[in-house]
Order: sequence, then structure tokens, then C-alpha cells
Amino acid sequence: MGFVIWDLEFETGGFRLSLLELKGVSKNFGGLKAVNQVSLDLEEGEILGIIGPNGAGKTTLFNIITGFYKPDGGEIRFERENLIGLKPHQICHKGMVRTFQIVKPFLQLTALENVVIAALNRTKNVQEATSRALKTIEFLGLKDKADTLATGLTLPHRKRLELARALATEPKLILLDEVMAGLTPTEVDELIRLLKEVNEKGITILLIEHVMRGVMALSKRVIVLNYGEKIAEGVPEEVVKDRQVIEAYLGEEFGNAES
Amino acid sequence: MNLTLLLQLAISGFLLGGVYSLIALGLSLIFGVMRVINFAHGEMMVWGMYVAYTILVWTGIDPFFSFLVSAVILFILGYLLQRTVVNRILDFPEAMQVLPLIGMAMVFENSARIIWGPDYISPQSKFALSSLSLGDIMIDTPRFMAFSLAIIITIIVLLFLKKTDMGKSIRAAADNRTGALLVGTDVNKVYAVCFGIGTACVGAAGGLLVPIMPLSPHIGAPFTLISFIIVILGGMGSLTGAMVGGLIIGVAESIGPELITNLFHGVGLDLDFPHTMKQVVSFFILIVIMILRPQGLFGGKKG
Amino acid sequence: MKRLYVFLLIGLLILLVLPKFLDSYVLGIFIMIFFYAYLGQSWNILTGYTGVISLGHSIYVGVGAYMTFLLTLTLGLSPWIGMWIGGIAAGLIGLVIGYFGFRFGMKGVYFVLLTISFAEIGRLIVLHLKVFGSFQGLFITPQFSFANFQFKENTPYYYIALGYVIFSLIVVRLLERSKIGRYLVALREDEDAAESLGVDVFKYKMIAIFISAFMTSLAGAFYTNYLYYLHPGTMMSMGFSIEIILRPIIGGMGTVLGPVIGSFLITPLAELSRSYFAKAGYEGLHLVIYGFLLVAVVLFFPRGVISYIKKALKPVLSGLK
Repeated sequence: MGFVIWDLEFETGGFRLSLLELKGVSKNFGGLKAVNQVSLDLEEGEILGIIGPNGAGKTTLFNIITGFYKPDGGEIRFERENLIGLKPHQICHKGMVRTFQIVKPFLQLTALENVVIAALNRTKNVQEATSRALKTIEFLGLKDKADTLATGLTLPHRKRLELARALATEPKLILLDEVMAGLTPTEVDELIRLLKEVNEKGITILLIEHVMRGVMALSKRVIVLNYGEKIAEGVPEEVVKDRQVIEAYLGEEFGNAES
Repeated sequence: MNLTLLLQLAISGFLLGGVYSLIALGLSLIFGVMRVINFAHGEMMVWGMYVAYTILVWTGIDPFFSFLVSAVILFILGYLLQRTVVNRILDFPEAMQVLPLIGMAMVFENSARIIWGPDYISPQSKFALSSLSLGDIMIDTPRFMAFSLAIIITIIVLLFLKKTDMGKSIRAAADNRTGALLVGTDVNKVYAVCFGIGTACVGAAGGLLVPIMPLSPHIGAPFTLISFIIVILGGMGSLTGAMVGGLIIGVAESIGPELITNLFHGVGLDLDFPHTMKQVVSFFILIVIMILRPQGLFGGKKG
Repeated sequence: MKRLYVFLLIGLLILLVLPKFLDSYVLGIFIMIFFYAYLGQSWNILTGYTGVISLGHSIYVGVGAYMTFLLTLTLGLSPWIGMWIGGIAAGLIGLVIGYFGFRFGMKGVYFVLLTISFAEIGRLIVLHLKVFGSFQGLFITPQFSFANFQFKENTPYYYIALGYVIFSLIVVRLLERSKIGRYLVALREDEDAAESLGVDVFKYKMIAIFISAFMTSLAGAFYTNYLYYLHPGTMMSMGFSIEIILRPIIGGMGTVLGPVIGSFLITPLAELSRSYFAKAGYEGLHLVIYGFLLVAVVLFFPRGVISYIKKALKPVLSGLK
């Protein structure tokens, strides 16, 4: 058994490292099963999308993976190491970072200062962190906003800042929570391009998204959550045709119509 | 351990606790609705004491009647304070909210000092020296009257909140400010009335305390702190909690020093826990509650 | 920005020669300005920079004062040495308070009350200890010497207090530019975001409270040997805690110069109104005015005076570049 250190991917014919593994993860709040027996396998280098109606438990799942909540059951492994019980900052050191659905910039700091804090994850030297932060800021096209206070940034820029911070921690895996919400189609395209570049650098991406264009363009595979459970998994083109998935989303629409 | 003494102390503390409950009730209303730390709470209570005292000196009317005047005057002061100062700082960051109320505390405390002088005053109330007896136990009449009146006032306030329109508006605004705004509540007025009722409670409590303890302009601060301890012990936003908490703290401060002294002696320490350190008992209870059950005894949500 | 340093340097030079021209009374006011600026700066580290509000900082001054006194009394240790030991003691107490607060997730009102509780418990305990003079406190008979930290004239105290201020300015400035300082600010701005980016929240809050407590307590040695009087009502009271936080809040929290500006504004006002009204026979009136002043300043300058100064001076400072 000691030989088997890789999960074999017969379909693609290659050996891939399983970067993040979830087995039967559950979380209850009071009587509510927010996340119910969710399992997933994230390969290194891939982009996996998580979709599902509002309230499906997607953000809760992120909170669990990144250590903000403790799961009530299941296993979580990152590079084969157990994550449960670790605090968010430790998980960040290990190479996993997340963004927040409602962006959380450090408002009284400039964009650059925001990113420097993230860059300090990998170095103690402030000058070194600053130069790395600058590179990340340039990569995200925020160079002319570098000395602007975060309070003075528009939402699309704040979203980029959120992404810049996450990237500056030099992660192996980045968890994006609805990073495209509230953006115009042009901004969405730009972000898709950026994220493809990020992925090409070798960073694995797990993204929660409602903007379907983004999901389709980026994800190699997609998982669908509904009421805390995984109801479908597969390539995007097939998942969106899945009956259960359609019903889950339609149900949301009807639910909204009735109320 | 002298059980009769302990019982005596407990009852005495319980009765005083009734007045504490009233003070805490006022604070619970203010904090529960506006989420403002009224640092001037104790100092406003002292004003209530002085008003009742002044009436006693001028007209001879006993504080157990004139506390009503204290309540009215403190209601007006509180209403005005809310409309002028507190309303503006509602959305300030916490550190900035603290200062104006501390400033007002200074104003109340020192204007009392200017008007009535810095020295301790012990006015003679009709009932001051009498007591009832229940077997071996002596019950201080002023305390008993203060307790009874405090309970009655508390019940009246609770009924007001439950039954009247204004009361319901206050409770609604406490629960959900935006919602209250949406249904057309004049939130500013509701807040001001609420603050006024809160300060009316401490004004009344002050009047009730006049026959029980000497007055001085500077005794306010400990009462502010005690009322906070009680509100957290009872649970923020819980009026029942404020009442129960007040009684618990009253008893704890009364028998705590005695019990702890006995404990010290019991383990061989030649140490007394003096009565002048009774606040330590309350602070200790606060720390324990904040660690073990931050929502308080009757609090709903956490924190 | 270089303009600012030039102005500050000029200011410093002025302050250095001032004692030649001022009488003892005015020097005394400056000493208090520096003293409170230092205390405010030390508090600023925890509250202005890290966002953890403490209303019980007087306990650290008390620990520093009483510890230093005790060490002099029992071991004959000079306050210049004793104050560092007092600092460690105060820092440890800060860690205890921090442990209870941070470990159990106490925020806002809760943490404030925790700090008040510890400060009051400390005050009450000291108030009942005979070795410290119980309710009367202790009068110290001065034996003037540098080693004893006791001087006949105000001038040495002036320079020492100025030294304290400069020391605190350097510490805060260094902190601002370091990894620690930046992490602290991140905690103030958004704890969850900071944590997700690798900041160990508990560890850094503990660091902040230790440094703040340590530095605050160093002023205790100064205060004891300036007043020649030790009393928990002076050293460890809530009133004192309030005085400590007043100046940095009004001046501007989370900035290097805020506490200093705040102290230069508030302290003279407090001192002068006190003596003015005392002479006129209205004891306590100055505090009423003080109280109204607090209310007014916060209502008009909710971000602290320094942000308005910065805005006002911006054209001046940038126009000259």
C-alpha cells in the first residue's frame, strides 16, 4: 500500500496529484444540515467549479475547507495532510487561500499595502514583500491604483484587489467565492483571461460561481450542490443538461416567483 | 459559619438587588435598543438621588414619593441627551461612542458637585432608622420599601413595553432597526423615548436609594459598572435577565465577602476579605460569565 | 513627506531649548503633555493600531509604579532598572487579560469590560494592601539623585519625559513599517480577511497587548518619582484610564502623531482650566467644561483632529514639493 501515492486518472491517461480531497464532509447548524456528506477530489492544476442555487451550502463548504468552521463529520486532506482542526492562517501557510463573497478589503490601507500584508505570508522582509506585492498588483492591472486607499476603489477594482491579495500569498490552491458577481460582461471576460493565466502558472482553482459564462469557460469539471448535498458532478456541458440540476435551479426560480 | 448572619446579609443584599435590577433595566433598554454604552448611567442616577434629596429638604416630602419627580426629570434629561448627542453617535465606531458619554458623565458628576457640594450627605428619611423583624432576621425598612417600589416600577415598565404602542415600537426597533424604519416608525422619537425611559428608571432608582446610602457626586461610576455587569450577567437585551441579574449581584456583593473570608479562615489563611472590596466579587462573576456563557443567563444569541 | 520631517525636527529643537525660557509652572504643564502623549501612544499600539479597545490601561501604570517602588524599597534597586522589571510584570498581566479576552473571542463591549474588571480588581486589591499604604496611599520622601530618578527642579523631568515621548514615537514608527505592525493593522481592519491571508490572530493580538502594557508601565516609574505620591486612586483608577485614552482618540488613533497632537491640545486646556476655575472658586467647573469639550470634539472631529489637520495641510505640504 505504501506504493500507491497517486490517484490514477485513467480517462486522461496521466498521473495527477490529488491536491484536495473531501470525504463525506458534513456540517449542521442547529437542526439544519448546511453541508451533507459532500465529497470531492481536486486534482493539482485543474479548475473545478462549484455551482448550485443560493443557500446550497457552497460558501459554508468554503468556510469549512479553509478552517473558519469545523465540520461535524468527514475528512479533508490537502496534499494528503489532514486539514481539520487547523486554523485559517495555518491553512494559508500550507498553500490554500480563499476570497470572500462580499469582498473584505483593508479599507484604511492602500491597495499596495493590502497586498503587502498578503505577501508577508511568505517572507518576513517588508521590502521583499512590497516588491512581490507590486508585481502581483501589476499582474492584475491595478498598478495605477496602487496608492489609492481601498475605500476609494470601485467594486470591480476591489474584486481585483481581493484576488491580488490571495495570489500574493503564493498559494497552490485558490478558492474563489463568486468573484465574478456584480461585474459587467467585459469585466467578466477580463477576469476569465486572468484566471486562465493564473491557472497556467500552476495554481489550482476551486471556484464558486453563479456567472455561468465564467463557469463554462474555466472549469474542467463542475460539481453541483443543492441543500448541502452534491447532486451532480462532471464536465460542465453535461452537468447543465442534468435533470436534477435543472430542477434545482428551476425550483429556485419558482420559489422566488411564489414569494 | 454564622448562618443567621449569612441569611441576614443575603436578604439585605437581595433587597438592594431589587434597586440594582431597576438600574440595570434602564441600561438594558438603552443598550438593547440602541447598542450604546451609556457611560453616564451611574452619574444620572446620582442626579436622581439629588433631586429627591432636594425635594426632601425643601418640602419634607419623603423620597419614597418624590422618586417619581426624579424619574420625570431624568426622563426629560435622557430624552434631550439622546436627541442632541446620542443620536449623532449611533453609527460611530465604538471607541468614538465611548467618549461623548464619558464627557456627559463628567458633566453630570461635576455639575452635581458644583450645585450640591462635594461632601457626603446623609439625609434623614422618615423611615431611616426603623426596621422590621422576621424572627431572628432584621429587615431594614428603607431597603424593603425601596425593593418593593423598585419591583413595582419594573413591572410597570415591562407592562408599558408589552402593551402600549410606543412600547411595541421600542421593542420592534430593538429587534430590527431597518424593519422598524420600513414600517414608518419615527425611529428617532422611539430611540429618544427609550433612552428617556432608561434614564427615568435610574432616576427613580436614585430616589429610592436616598434613604439607604449617603450621597456624593462621585458615587456614580461604580453604579455604571455594576449595571453593566448585571446586564451582561442577565443577558444583553433580556429585561428578565436584568432583573434576575440585579438580585444575584445584590446578594453576591453582600454575602461574597463573608463567604470568602470564611473560606480563607477555613484553609488556614489569616486573611479577611473586606466589605470594601465587594466589587471584586461582581467583577469576578462578570469575567466568569463572559468566559463560560457570554450570552448571559437569559440571553438568546451569542455575544 | 520630507517637509514633515523638517517641521518635526524644528519642533524638536524648539522643545529642547524651551526650558531655558520657561518657569517651573509652565514646564510642569509640558511635562504633563509629554507624559500623557507617551501614555496615549502606548495605548495607541493596542487600540489605534490593532483595534482592540482597552479602558483599563491604568492598571499597567500602576503595576509599573508599584513594582518599581517595591524593588527600590526591598532591594534598593534604582527605578531606572526596576522599571524594566515592572514592564515585564505589566506585560505578563496584559497577556493574562489578552488570553481571557482573545482565547474566548471577547470583542467590543465585552473586552472593554474585561479590561475594566481587571483594572478595578487590581485597584481594589492594592487599595487594601498595608505595604502600599492602604486607603491613604504612600508619600515618598525624595532623595534627589539621578539614580533615584528624583530631581529637585522640573527641568530634568522635562527632558526625561521628552525622552519618553521620542522613544514611543520611534517604537510606533518602527512598528508601522515592520511585518508585526502591518499585521496588527490588518487585524484592526478585518480580522477574518487577515486570518485567511495567513495572520495568526491570537498570536499577534497577544504581541500587541504585551508591547502596549510593557510600554505603558514604564511611565509608572516616572509618575511615582515625579509626584512623590503613590495611590491607587491616582495610578490605577478608571478616571486615569479615561485620561489616557482621551488624547489619542481626540488627536487621532492609529497614527504616529495623533496622541502627541491630542496631548498638546487637551493637556494645557485641562491644566489651565483647572487652575483658573479653582482660583475663581468653582471647583469642578473645569471638569464640566472638559466634559462638554469631549462631546463637542467627538461630534465635530469623529476621525480625530489629525485627519483634519492632514486635509488642511495637504495643499501646503504638497504645494511645496
